[in-house]
Amino acid sequence: MKRLFTHLLATAAMALVAGAASAQDKLKVGFIYVGPVGDHGWSYQHDVGRKAIEKALGDKVETSYVESVPEADSERAIEQLARTGHKLIFTTSFGYMEPTLKVAKKYPGVKFEHATGIKRADNVSTYAAKFHEGRYVIGQIAARMSKTGVIGYVGAYPIPEVVAGINAYFLGAQSVRPDIKIKVVWANSWYDPGKEADAAKALLDQGVDVMAQHTDSPAPLQAAEARGHFGFGQASDMIRFAPKTQLTAIVDNWNDYYVARTKAVLDGTWKSEDTWGGLDSGMVKMAPYTNMPDDVKKMAEETEEAIRSGKLNPFKCPVFRQDGSEVECKGGAALSDEQVLGMNFYVKGIEDKLPQ
Amino acid sequence: MRIELQQRTAPSAIARLLAPVLALAAAFLLGGIVIAAMGRSPLAALDVYVLQPLSDPWALQEMVVKATPLVLIAIGLSFCFRANLWNIGAEGQFVVGAICGSTVALATHGTAAGAWVLPAMLLLGTLGGMAWAGVPAFLRARFGVSEILTSLMLVYVAELILDYLVRGPWRDPKGFNFPQSVTFDEAATLPFLTDGGRLHVGILMALVAVIVAFVVMGHTIFGYRLRVTGEAPRAARFSGFSEPRTTFIVFAISGGLAGLAGIVEVAGQIGQLKPSISPGYGFTAIIVAFLGRLNPFGILLAGLVMALTFIGGEAAQITLRLPFDLTRTFQGILLFCVLGADALVTYRVRLVRGTPAQAAGRAA
Repeated sequence: MKRLFTHLLATAAMALVAGAASAQDKLKVGFIYVGPVGDHGWSYQHDVGRKAIEKALGDKVETSYVESVPEADSERAIEQLARTGHKLIFTTSFGYMEPTLKVAKKYPGVKFEHATGIKRADNVSTYAAKFHEGRYVIGQIAARMSKTGVIGYVGAYPIPEVVAGINAYFLGAQSVRPDIKIKVVWANSWYDPGKEADAAKALLDQGVDVMAQHTDSPAPLQAAEARGHFGFGQASDMIRFAPKTQLTAIVDNWNDYYVARTKAVLDGTWKSEDTWGGLDSGMVKMAPYTNMPDDVKKMAEETEEAIRSGKLNPFKCPVFRQDGSEVECKGGAALSDEQVLGMNFYVKGIEDKLPQ
Repeated sequence: MRIELQQRTAPSAIARLLAPVLALAAAFLLGGIVIAAMGRSPLAALDVYVLQPLSDPWALQEMVVKATPLVLIAIGLSFCFRANLWNIGAEGQFVVGAICGSTVALATHGTAAGAWVLPAMLLLGTLGGMAWAGVPAFLRARFGVSEILTSLMLVYVAELILDYLVRGPWRDPKGFNFPQSVTFDEAATLPFLTDGGRLHVGILMALVAVIVAFVVMGHTIFGYRLRVTGEAPRAARFSGFSEPRTTFIVFAISGGLAGLAGIVEVAGQIGQLKPSISPGYGFTAIIVAFLGRLNPFGILLAGLVMALTFIGGEAAQITLRLPFDLTRTFQGILLFCVLGADALVTYRVRLVRGTPAQAAGRAA
């Protein structure tokens, strides 16, 4: 039995080598998405990046993707890309970390790019965006636009990336309205329009009148619009889902990064590294400011510019925990990158309890 | 005019044998029409979906890996379904099995604990699944509560317990606060059958489960009793078969196997606990159980076919850019065809003129 399998595997390896040789003229770039490309949010925006590669590099590349890949069952899909001659593979969700590393070990000749990850290898880079910069901006807008003084947030999972986003949003809101209150509901899913909408409705029922979200579908925004309340788009400009109440959206712009990394593989200059881009590098963009008075718009634009130029950091010290204790300031004038990437506490003023 | 299903007095044995084959053919035909309507070549799709994976050792291996939890769970479910009991919560029993088994892995993490770790994990996983399935069994046997609702609702409870554990007490202290446990030690990981492959020992367990189920179902008094309970509950009662006892036993079997599948998946495939450890195996296994028509070998085959649709579906996304939804659509078509074919074997379809009332009048 064992010998038979070894033999079969050897045959497969030979077929693989032969296949790779014939496809050498074009660089094959593969993508693994956690949701459907039609989520109009996270996965959709990565797919926009994929198309940008095709547009920029034309016939030098060929791209493919696998969508709705469950994180716990992703190793096979990633390996499927690696063994079909893809030399650069983007795995675009945190949960793909271990599977990506496992497959990368087996295919040292293939380059991997893992989004929002924390572990690298010689052929595995990581990249993420400082979405919390955008969240500080929308926090300020929310506080100015809210009549009830209660703003809402639909979170996916209480992981550091999401928690840091909630904190930045709240700190932004607090900076213009110290008595602002926030309510958070967890959808426990990245993409589940039904659950996301339910979470949003629960918030609206509790007096929330401005909705923010860290889940991938436009459902929370739509739920807000249906009741005439304001909201923010997530990952992509969702204005067509809420033309009357979307204030702005935090847009993930992977295009430049994806094109640059693909070029690097073509040139042979690709190296394993970690990229964390924000408003300054254009990886985070703000959709047009709409449905708000001019003075709020002006404030948002100024804050956006201040963060871009480095004058303002959403996590400038001092930062206080819920219990009032001060967080050690490891990054000089603001919290260090590691502190933001590993954030697992709410800042002072948030009354909810963080699920631990 | 209306359609009436009339039970056949003696369903043809040949028809019963051919039904799944014809159903499969019909499913492929319908799937081909859908693909053609999308403007792609059905033949190319057939090649990518079925022929290529079946002729590629890597894909075959992945198929077996993917089928393992499905077959293990479905075998257990077949006992329940045969007895006309509806355990819909295998997903929860899977999760609890994974949690219980993992306690050993986490307690011995970083120690030199030896060969007993893995057997203890498997045992605890099985017992955990059994215990979780015992709740709906008890409620059903004691209070007559619908086991469909209770078993299903316990899925969410199980998922939330796992969620709590990996965010709280079991969180990897070095994991940047991300919700996941430490990765299991070598001693807590199922050995692989080949070097560098993904075939783990759990596959053998699934095979053993199939064979044992076959023997128990077809060649023991217990198996006979199950069938009677399912097909003729009144007769079963008259013959003195205890219904609560049967309920407990079939739930223990199906919960135990689902729990085993859970710990096998964690110890063999994932290597750590995360908030989500199953892409819905417990629910997909219900389809597998019925695709296999509650027959152990049928289930083995159905599990492989279901795994094939996933793997072929991924290949089709990569090479033909066919969306994932097509895979789901095809799984639906497949189940529909198999159940439809079964119904046609058991029943005769008749077109009847007139209203039900008239028909009833005629019958009287």
